[in-house]
Amino acid sequence: MKQFQYVRAANQQSVISTIGKPGTTIIAGGTNLIDLMKRGVIAPDKLIDITHLPLKNIQATKTGLHIGALVLNSTVAENSLVLQKQPLLSMALNAGASPQLRNMATMGGNMMQRTRCTYFYDVTMPCNKRAPGSGCGALGGYNRMHAIFGTSEQCIAANPSDMCVGLAALDAVAVIAGKKGERRIPLTDFHRLPGNHPEIDNHLAKDELITGIEIPDNNFAKHSYYLKVRDRQSYAFALVSVAAALEISNGTIHKARLAMGGVAHKPWRLFDAEKFLTGKPVSEDSFAQAAQIAMQGAKGYEYNSFKLKLAPATLSEALRHASGLV
Amino acid sequence: MKSKLLHNETNIELGANDNSRRNFLKQSTLLTAIALAPGAAIKAAGLHIDEKIAEAFEKLPLRLDVNGVMHTLAVEPRATLLDILREQLDLTGTKKGCDHGQCGACTVHVDGHRINSCLTLGIMANGKKITTIEGLAKGEQLHPMQEAFLKHDGFQCGYCTPGQIMSAVACIREGHANSETEIREYMSGNICRCGAYPNIVNAIQEVKEGGQLV
Repeated sequence: MKQFQYVRAANQQSVISTIGKPGTTIIAGGTNLIDLMKRGVIAPDKLIDITHLPLKNIQATKTGLHIGALVLNSTVAENSLVLQKQPLLSMALNAGASPQLRNMATMGGNMMQRTRCTYFYDVTMPCNKRAPGSGCGALGGYNRMHAIFGTSEQCIAANPSDMCVGLAALDAVAVIAGKKGERRIPLTDFHRLPGNHPEIDNHLAKDELITGIEIPDNNFAKHSYYLKVRDRQSYAFALVSVAAALEISNGTIHKARLAMGGVAHKPWRLFDAEKFLTGKPVSEDSFAQAAQIAMQGAKGYEYNSFKLKLAPATLSEALRHASGLV
Repeated sequence: MKSKLLHNETNIELGANDNSRRNFLKQSTLLTAIALAPGAAIKAAGLHIDEKIAEAFEKLPLRLDVNGVMHTLAVEPRATLLDILREQLDLTGTKKGCDHGQCGACTVHVDGHRINSCLTLGIMANGKKITTIEGLAKGEQLHPMQEAFLKHDGFQCGYCTPGQIMSAVACIREGHANSETEIREYMSGNICRCGAYPNIVNAIQEVKEGGQLV
């Protein structure tokens, strides 16, 4: 690992005034950053340790739940307010990484984690995300783990987060602080599609800091489920995952929120399928049709075309669990 | 050189209001270097070898309570907690497996929580309490989990064992050892290439059911 300068941030203002500078990177849990630095994928000159900032609260507000950016993934997953109000988030968090990593990883850091595309990680390979203009190794390479939605000729990498899939389904909003003050971005708009600039993962400006996440109150707690399909039963990235949240009464779906993981450069909200399910009865038929709608626009590559079948099957299964059909 | 030496120390608390400390450090670089003390710095200062002083200056002071013993160290910012434990403190019980957070061999407890020490910068553990596999036994008396691993053959080659045991203790303390399924899920961050998993699960279940304080 390249040598770097380490500084400990005492307050938010000092971070915001410093992070825009070239070569400067924030470190929180470090579970992804240190790995990338060891492999030489990124080599910052200066690390700003923000773990001492007071962004570690989970609290109920008038409209929902506020979770500080520095709360650990394990803390959120086991928090009684989260379990009671937003069990889907807890399920998504527990599906990710390992207990050790969840004890280190923060909410803000999880949002900022990079793709696990092997061509991005291997510095001897071309990768437009790591080295813009160098080409995409995955496009004609071993692309089993890669995206099927919203890809570009430049990049077919998938976002690896489970947490963000859950948050996207729950209409969560990221609270962001910058030089001009505070702003909010819906989780669904936080990450971006690769387009011609796969090197940019999200819409966070260089001099901005994620300070928290807000989840509006909802009636999904009884009917939510996170289903993750992977190569082994635990501690692996998703081939496909689905976050499903439903509001059901008398066998009719009144509201649906669906998001997929492992299929796109961002958590992939399934707006059309949600719309279709609204007002439909809880039934195998509704779910099968929703799954078909959800797959519109999907495109498989040489080694990941199995996801074109796996994704709708995973969605249907998640809906069965969420609705109580199984 | 001097500016390089300075910024590690003066800026370590970014945005801190403690200007007096900062000014003091600015005014006394060489003294500070010696006060920070790595033996090498004092030696290098004596030999008037600038390069060596520079090297020493790039290290930051670190205080760690490891297994109940307080250590004052000088570390490079890039040194992981794992490397500091093994290389500087000679606590080689904690193992380096993958070194990328994928195998769990490096699992230690920081302030009571299990983490991967290979992905933790030592400097970020400043002031924290670390427990390694060496800190579990009480003198000659093994920790119940160590006894259980022996009894159930919870290992073959033994390389993953310190990490498995640290994780297993945490698994029970966290309340995640209530069934075989739960144990398997909450032990999934520790890979055993010999495949001793069934015996590891048995060991954990016995300790959990025995109700001993872990």
